[in-house]
Formats: sequence, structure tokens, C-alpha cells
Amino acid sequence: MPEADVVLDTTVESHFIPRPFRVLRTKRETHDVFTLELKPEDGSPLSFRPGQFNMMYVHGIGEVPISISGNPAKPETLVHTVRAVGGVTFAVRSIHRGDILGIRGPYGSVWPIEAAVGSDLVVVAGGIGLAPLRPVIYEALARRQQFGKLILLYGTREPEDIIFEKDLEEWRARFDFHVFVTVDRAIGNWKGHVGVVTGLLPKASFDPANTLAMICGPEVMMRFTAMEFLKLGVDPAQIYFSMERNMKCGIGLCGHCQFGPYFVCREGPVFPYPRLKQLMTVREI
Amino acid sequence: METLKPILSQHPFFKDLQPEYLELVTGCASNVRFDADSYMFHEGEEAGHFYLLRTGNVALEIATPDRGPMVIQTLGEGELIGWSWLVPPYTWHFDARVTELVRAIALDATCLRKKCEADHHLGYELLKRLTVMMEQRLAATRLQLLDVYGTNA
Repeated sequence: MPEADVVLDTTVESHFIPRPFRVLRTKRETHDVFTLELKPEDGSPLSFRPGQFNMMYVHGIGEVPISISGNPAKPETLVHTVRAVGGVTFAVRSIHRGDILGIRGPYGSVWPIEAAVGSDLVVVAGGIGLAPLRPVIYEALARRQQFGKLILLYGTREPEDIIFEKDLEEWRARFDFHVFVTVDRAIGNWKGHVGVVTGLLPKASFDPANTLAMICGPEVMMRFTAMEFLKLGVDPAQIYFSMERNMKCGIGLCGHCQFGPYFVCREGPVFPYPRLKQLMTVREI
Repeated sequence: METLKPILSQHPFFKDLQPEYLELVTGCASNVRFDADSYMFHEGEEAGHFYLLRTGNVALEIATPDRGPMVIQTLGEGELIGWSWLVPPYTWHFDARVTELVRAIALDATCLRKKCEADHHLGYELLKRLTVMMEQRLAATRLQLLDVYGTNA
């Protein structure tokens, strides 16, 4: 094709230019999970809705999708919680205060908080899955009177893998928020619950006919948790998942994150369970 | 004399059990209490009872030579401990450490087995209820084995 015939869509192009953000603070959550607080260099806050993610760019290394874990009411500081599992996230782990990262976003669908108004809201998180759910919790607590029971069920592999300990302590101290934490296994001084996160559901008292569930964690954990909600009588349409896939462009163009008929970066990452139910058991996807 | 029948009838495990069976089971029941940090039983001991927890928490542990006792499951109010009483040679497979004062109903295993043998309808009813619990714990154990939070999950 002659060069003159190539017409750049500047609307799309603008999506691929990262904004520079300076690292204000880094916090080690566990041996492989850490939280970054970032400030936009241009001073313009990055507003987002709970459930959305950004593409985080480490100069000269690459880009990864990372969910936003901060408070949507405080967009002046962008908060990301990252697990070091690959080349880019290992590089992010080496970032220090004052360094610059590139950010594109926010992208993706959001948790249906409005749909939970007037109902019990049960949030189920597994491992680092608590990160994309923390903005929901912040918002639900800020609007606490609008919901019925507010319940968090959080599971990790071992006590050392628990993230956001300070938040969990504060949340557990409230009388209007029921927080249950479990680990798959424990040694030593752990005084809490041991068992899989699905085992917490019968302990949490909520009205299945009037409940909205938001689940984020490993896919197997989400599937089994959904089954437990269904056993208790929760409407499948009231169950939502946040999916993780290999997002690249973030705007549904490249196809890297295709999951059946969906692009997870565009139609997701938050999906109602009925849209995923059949797809999640297809091995070829 | 007051019996444990009303308490047993309210426990989730015996919910909606026919009154005549509840009567039979009550004959094997006693009230027990275990202080925090004590052990309800140890691995290898005779499983002479099974327990319906009314209050408190228990950690099922297995001793490991290099890492010390490992907690594999915790159980609390409304749950029951043990099916070793039903399967020969009737010995416990784990240690049960009380992490918070426990009040429970203990059901005498020999007494219960005799009644189940004498009345197979009772035996089948109890087995159906135990099987639900066993299925739940097997499914949970399989999930734990998957190690879903590991980096390779």
C-alpha cells in the first residue's frame, strides 16, 4: 500500500500514548506483591470506576495491564497493586520513589455497584484478587447506608500472602462490615480460619434472594465460588466475575485478550457470570 | 429431666431429623467442654466420639517433622468434627486443637454404631447427612490441592 494511502486514526493513536506518572510511594504487601502510589506529572487526576484497569508501561521493558486498587473518591493519587510474575512486573518491583512510569487508561467494564443498591453485597476475593475489589469496598463503605449487609470473604494461600492488612484490620473493626479471612494452609501462630474461601459462604449470613456477588481471583476459585452461591439460591445474573487475560492494546483492537466472543479489555474485565459460564469450561479457549 | 434433644434438634446436622431418630441419637449424646489450647483428641487415638460444635473453634492439625504442626482446616459453630468413628479401625487421623473455648455435643460412637446396626433406616439417614459433609470437605481438599493461588496456577 502506498504510504499516502495510510490514514492514521488519531483517536485510536492517542490511546497508545502513555501519560507519565511519578512514583510517590512503594509498599511491599507480601514477598511478591507490592503497591505503588503514583502522581500524574501533568497534574490532571486519573478518574476511574471500580473494576477498571490501566496499562502500565516500564520504559524500555514493556507494558502490562494492572487493575486499579485505590479509592475512586481520591483520583489525585493513582494506586496500583502488582504481583511480580513476569519480566515487566519484575521490573516494576525494582521501581523506586521518584521514578517515572507510563500509564494508559482507565479501561474496561466496571463492577455494578448501582445494581447492588438495596441488596446485600458479598465481595469474594482470592489472593491478589482483592486489589481490583478494594475500590468497590471503598465506595460501598462511603455509601454504606445504601446497601444491605456488606460482606467480604477473602482467601489466600498462607497467612504471609494476605495483602492490605491495615485495611482489613480497619474493616474488621467496623460493626457494619462483616469480614471473613481464610488461608488454604497455616503453620505457627495463625489464629484465623483455615480452609478454602468457598467454605466461608455458609458462615456468612446474607439473603440469597436479595444478594449481589462480586468475585475476583483465580478462575478455578471463581467458578467454585459461583457454584456455592448458586447452591445457596443466588440468582446467576447477580454474580459477577473479573477476568484476567493477556491484554495488550486495552481497547479491543489487537485481539490478544480474546475470550470466546469477547475482548476482555473492552467487554470486561468485569462480566456477569451467565456470559462466562459456558466459556469457562471450554479447554480450548 | 431435661435432655439434649432440643439442642440436637437445633443443630444444622440434625435439622428436620424424624423425632423417633432424634430420640435414639439423644440417648448417645452428652454435653462437653474443652478449654482453649487443649486438645479434643490426637492422631492415632480411638475415635470414641464425634462432636457437634455449638460454640468455639477447633484447628485440625497434622504434625510435620520440619515445619511443626500444620493446620489443615478450622471448624467452628454449627460444624461437626470427625467421621473416623464410622470407619474401622475407628482412630483419629489428625490432632484437634481447641483455639477458642469449645462447647459441643459429644455422640458416643459405640452407642451410635449399635443403634445404626439395629435400625438401618437410622443408619442410612445419618450416613446421608455425613456424606454431604464428606463431599464438601473432599471438594475443599481438592481445591486446596490445586494450589490456585500459586504462580503456576
